[in-house]
Amino acid sequence: MGEVIVITSGKGGVGKTTTTANLGVGLALQGKKTVLIDTDIGLRNLDVVMGLENRIVYDLVDVVEGSCRVKQALIKDKRYDGLHLLPAAQTRDKNAVTPEQMEKLCDELKEEFDYVIIDCPAGIEQGFKNAIAGASRAFVVTTPEVSAVRDADRIIGLLEANDIRNPRLIVNRLRPDMVRRGDMMTIDDIIDILAIELIGVIPDDENIIVSTNRGEPAVADAKSAAGLAYRNITRRILGEDVPFVDLTAQENILTKMKKLFGFKPA
Amino acid sequence: MMDLLKLLTRKKENSKDVAKERLKLVLIHDRSTFSPQFLEMMKSEIIQVIRKYLDVEEELLDIQLTKTTSEDGERIVPALVANIPIRAMRSGNR
Repeated sequence: MGEVIVITSGKGGVGKTTTTANLGVGLALQGKKTVLIDTDIGLRNLDVVMGLENRIVYDLVDVVEGSCRVKQALIKDKRYDGLHLLPAAQTRDKNAVTPEQMEKLCDELKEEFDYVIIDCPAGIEQGFKNAIAGASRAFVVTTPEVSAVRDADRIIGLLEANDIRNPRLIVNRLRPDMVRRGDMMTIDDIIDILAIELIGVIPDDENIIVSTNRGEPAVADAKSAAGLAYRNITRRILGEDVPFVDLTAQENILTKMKKLFGFKPA
Repeated sequence: MMDLLKLLTRKKENSKDVAKERLKLVLIHDRSTFSPQFLEMMKSEIIQVIRKYLDVEEELLDIQLTKTTSEDGERIVPALVANIPIRAMRSGNR
């Protein structure tokens, strides 16, 4: 029996879709049968971030309306064994799906897959209700900004109210240089405010834009700092105890020298 | 002179500390599920009861709805936090 995890945030543009894509590829690379569901009906994007936009035939609405079988709508990602995408409909609105239909779909998918990862739309309306309906776990994505943290707090309250216990926090787009000079909230500041457990910190990384341009999630890129952070989250999902690296630690001469001579930091 | 000092120290305050303080304040409001009037009503009734037994500093009374971690550490639960400074115990109660 698989696990259903919803990736949510409240605020838009903080990296829900990027996170969903990267965790999906990350889990597939670890040999897990994984399906990603885009629930952002009308504003679908997980397909382009994954580089699978040209292979869509059926979508989520077709499935819940019974116009096709679930199997027919799943796009198999040929690059990563065991990875599938169920895209959102682009020409419908959020009310085309109900929470009950989502719950039924998730129950069906978790029979066959190890992980069902749901990409939630921004906001707290119908799309959010649909996205969380079938989930038993939630990851809340935020960036170190007041607006994103405030919305994350609201989402955490709504998840609790809907009996999704222990949501985990992903802090995205951290700028270590800004944290060091006191112009960006630290991870501890954010945890202090939101009072939930951390599952990952993603540094701000240009590679994310490059990999999104290409439709190849950064988690598969060995050289990307964000990719490494996503690989660490993947391992934590699988139950491994991966220590958190302090991204804001001041570089000393030794690590600078090592970097200069091409040694990877330990 | 004091103002000048304030201005100087204020400039040095990290913007992330400003962000954190502002967030904490705004979240107190966001997290409270009932209206300020409701809280006021509850507050005055709580005072009435406590006044029977204790002499309290009513002006310094602080009652807030906030969030805390549950005893098993598993969940975030709402909590009513009250800070009620006591002036004196009422005589004849003990």
